[in-house]
Amino acid sequence: MSDVVVGIGGAAGDGIDKSGDTLAKTAARSGLYAYAFNSYQSVIRGGHIWLRLRMGQEKVQSPGDHTHALIALNQDSIERHAPEIESGGAILFNADKLKVNIPIRDNVLTVPLPIGELTKPLGAIQPVMQNTVALGALIFLLDLDFDVATSVLADTFAHKGQGVIDQNVGVAKVGYNYARERFVPLGYKWNFTRKRRPFLTGNEALSIGAVAAGCKFYSAYPMTPASGILTWMAEHSERCGVVVKQMEDELAVANAAIGAGYAGVRSMCGTSGGGFALMTEAIGMAGMLEAPVVIVEVQRGGPSTGIPTKTEQADLNQVYGASQGDFPRIIIAPKDIRDCFDTAVEAFNLAEKYQCPVIIITDLLLSEHPETVEPEYFSAEVPIDRGEMVSGWKSGNGTFKRYAFTKSGISPRTIPGTADTLYVAATDDHDEEGVLISDVFCNSAVRRKISEKRMKKMSLALRDLPAPKIEGRADADVTLIGWGSTEGVIREAVQQLNASGIRTNQLHFKYLLPFHGKESTAILKGTKRTICVEMNATGQFARHLRAETGHAVSEQILKYDGEPFEPAQIAAQVRAIVEGKPRSLDVTESEAREIAYHYVRVHLNDEFRPGRVQKAAGNGLGEAIWKIDVVTREGGEKRGELRVGVETGSTYSWQPVR
Amino acid sequence: MATVVELPIHSFEGLVDPDWCPGCGDFGVLKSVKMAAAKAGVAPKDLVIVSGIGCSSNLPGYVHAYGVHSLHGRSVAVATGIKLANTSLKVVITGGDGDGYGIGIGHFIHAMRRNLDLTYVVMDNQIYGLTTGQASPTTMKDQRTKSTPHGNVELPINPLALALVSGATYVARGFSGEPNHMADLIAGGIQHKGFALIDVFSPCVTYNKVNTYPYFKKRVYKLEEDNGYDSSSMGVAMERSQEWGDRIPIGLLYKDDQPTYEDSERVFKKGPLTQQPLRADKAVFQSLIDENL
Repeated sequence: MSDVVVGIGGAAGDGIDKSGDTLAKTAARSGLYAYAFNSYQSVIRGGHIWLRLRMGQEKVQSPGDHTHALIALNQDSIERHAPEIESGGAILFNADKLKVNIPIRDNVLTVPLPIGELTKPLGAIQPVMQNTVALGALIFLLDLDFDVATSVLADTFAHKGQGVIDQNVGVAKVGYNYARERFVPLGYKWNFTRKRRPFLTGNEALSIGAVAAGCKFYSAYPMTPASGILTWMAEHSERCGVVVKQMEDELAVANAAIGAGYAGVRSMCGTSGGGFALMTEAIGMAGMLEAPVVIVEVQRGGPSTGIPTKTEQADLNQVYGASQGDFPRIIIAPKDIRDCFDTAVEAFNLAEKYQCPVIIITDLLLSEHPETVEPEYFSAEVPIDRGEMVSGWKSGNGTFKRYAFTKSGISPRTIPGTADTLYVAATDDHDEEGVLISDVFCNSAVRRKISEKRMKKMSLALRDLPAPKIEGRADADVTLIGWGSTEGVIREAVQQLNASGIRTNQLHFKYLLPFHGKESTAILKGTKRTICVEMNATGQFARHLRAETGHAVSEQILKYDGEPFEPAQIAAQVRAIVEGKPRSLDVTESEAREIAYHYVRVHLNDEFRPGRVQKAAGNGLGEAIWKIDVVTREGGEKRGELRVGVETGSTYSWQPVR
Repeated sequence: MATVVELPIHSFEGLVDPDWCPGCGDFGVLKSVKMAAAKAGVAPKDLVIVSGIGCSSNLPGYVHAYGVHSLHGRSVAVATGIKLANTSLKVVITGGDGDGYGIGIGHFIHAMRRNLDLTYVVMDNQIYGLTTGQASPTTMKDQRTKSTPHGNVELPINPLALALVSGATYVARGFSGEPNHMADLIAGGIQHKGFALIDVFSPCVTYNKVNTYPYFKKRVYKLEEDNGYDSSSMGVAMERSQEWGDRIPIGLLYKDDQPTYEDSERVFKKGPLTQQPLRADKAVFQSLIDENL
């Protein structure tokens, strides 16, 4: 057992984040790797929150496939997740309030914690501290180091004083001792190297990278899942010398960031898909003014408002197509958390060297999930290249040519305040000196040359960017193609496939524009069967790849339900493709249960839950159906039956028990 | 207060001549902007003129200074970024009523409530000129335009009243027929610490046959010549901002000295951003990593 996945389930406001953080940092400080993903809803209180934390001796790169231990903070979490806990695992819950009322797998340890009795000697405790009792018990069961957990709690509550620290440690200890007296550990054997690795999110790594690169201005409008950058920047503004400006809308956000870039500081703004849509006109302006700016687009589930707290990679077409006309732009999709740091640094250098907008495209999964990263990856000594600049101008040289026609397409820039290089940056097309060629003196010759000058920068930039490479065996029968945040999960799927006898390798893309068309074409010619793996419904990257290389991928694996890929999900689909089995979009049994949960929430109340699920003939409905018993939470008595179409997912009928 | 050294107006002579219609009110504004910058002693290299899109937004191209001729409605947002990036620059925004009070009204209001140290000159001709004569946000009720052939059914925006309630700390109105008076108002705005709005009656001689030079010449009077007018009173200013008809006030309506947005930004304690060290301090950087352990 080289890694363990712990699930913590409850409602918003139950303090799940904090518990997960304590456990993750306990593992991280002991020298283990950790990866967490919080599946949450767009509510502040209530709803169902499901945090999965994976900890391992070796690097973990995805939420994993299985859940080994469950801390359930409400009955709903037991009902939803207890059945999926693997044999050899454990289910921990507050026995004063909750019970395991549904069938679970064999050899799963149930740990009912009598929280009231256990914590009585400690005096009055906050309700959220029930989590800490469970945490203590779990630390024993997973053979983690309680002293390390103590140090994490001490740091977490340092601002609240020694009393609060002692109370939390005491509560955790009670849980730990309770488990020690009654159970044996689950059998995880760790080698605690004690190497301490920072545990941080993509938004945090990207912000730190921006600071290292000399970002001085960050503008934003609150929008999930990009808000993490705004709040990080606001919290660290004074310490890091970054002016953080929350603007009235994303139009203002992008325009202000471009103004700051024009005026000579390294400037960045961030948003999600909806906000980016509002920024698009300004992005074209940055291309036209040749003003450096970095724009972060953190994708969430679309279209429109979509699923704001869920992950997706469906804004690719939007970033490619943002704004009217042809202009140079660079699009980079970081692959993991460490890469968020590197990409931020790169983006500022590219933006200033090529004087154009650079778009960093991430997603909710990458931006919000925390992960351990090797500390030596982070350095303040990052390369900084501000591009060609003019610091002064001899008066004998005539008027300063801000948009001088050069062989490279790069015109040395200047910033306001510099003597004798005065110019007007205009969104109307213009000549070398910045004088308009749009209205009275339209000039097709100047227009042609300045358009070429701008676009030349793209071919030059391409030479600066590393070309994609095949990762893995050369004799692969299957090549999995992906872009951005899915690199780690695809890598784990490749490992699983190779282990099960399907020779697989991986081709992953980070630099999306300018695109290495030639190199990619050469690589793709050497592949046997290509499968593009994307978090969207239409295969946006596969289409782009085809446009750039003429290569049509053999198959696609697409996911657009809002939850991130798990490695086994990808591997199973690859296996089905290789074996020539049909893949189905039918509603699965667990999805039928989810649809029933939705029905219960909307039309019934929380005294009910889905029970037994069975497939049956549709009898005139034109498709097979799932028959889902709806039972009482309390006694498990059947109160009615829901019928859901297997193919369409339509909720056909609700028949109460008479 | 630092001594102001006035500059000759020709220091601001731009590379090309305006392409406005002969007689356009914007010529007067262009002249007044240059006079004001000279009067306020702003060196051309330290002046940035930011505009949006429209006839009047071509203005930066006619002045020897730094400039951004940005997007329709976005000049105030662009100017905000420029000013925050380098607080040692003087940033003047110029544009029209459609640009500022129509498509860009959100930025206008928010910049005022922030009291950013910006000077905004709006050439208000109460019409969309560059698109050949449609109703604008300040077109008077019942006026016929290309887009309101049966008369405009909407009420016009009152820019001065809007500025007063939104937190602008310098609110004035000029008239292209009075370029010297206007230049003083703009110079006052540039020297004022905080957000200054100078709304200017700048007649469109081609597409607005109602709000013409004679229309305003007959009606305008200067607040400075109105004995006892108190520009420090919000109540008085608000009342006067409603005056329209036979008599229309121009001049400095309201002025209040309040801390600017820049005053409250802690990062500026170490000077303008363009002059601060680029690289992160090593100890600070390490602390950013360590807080995640």
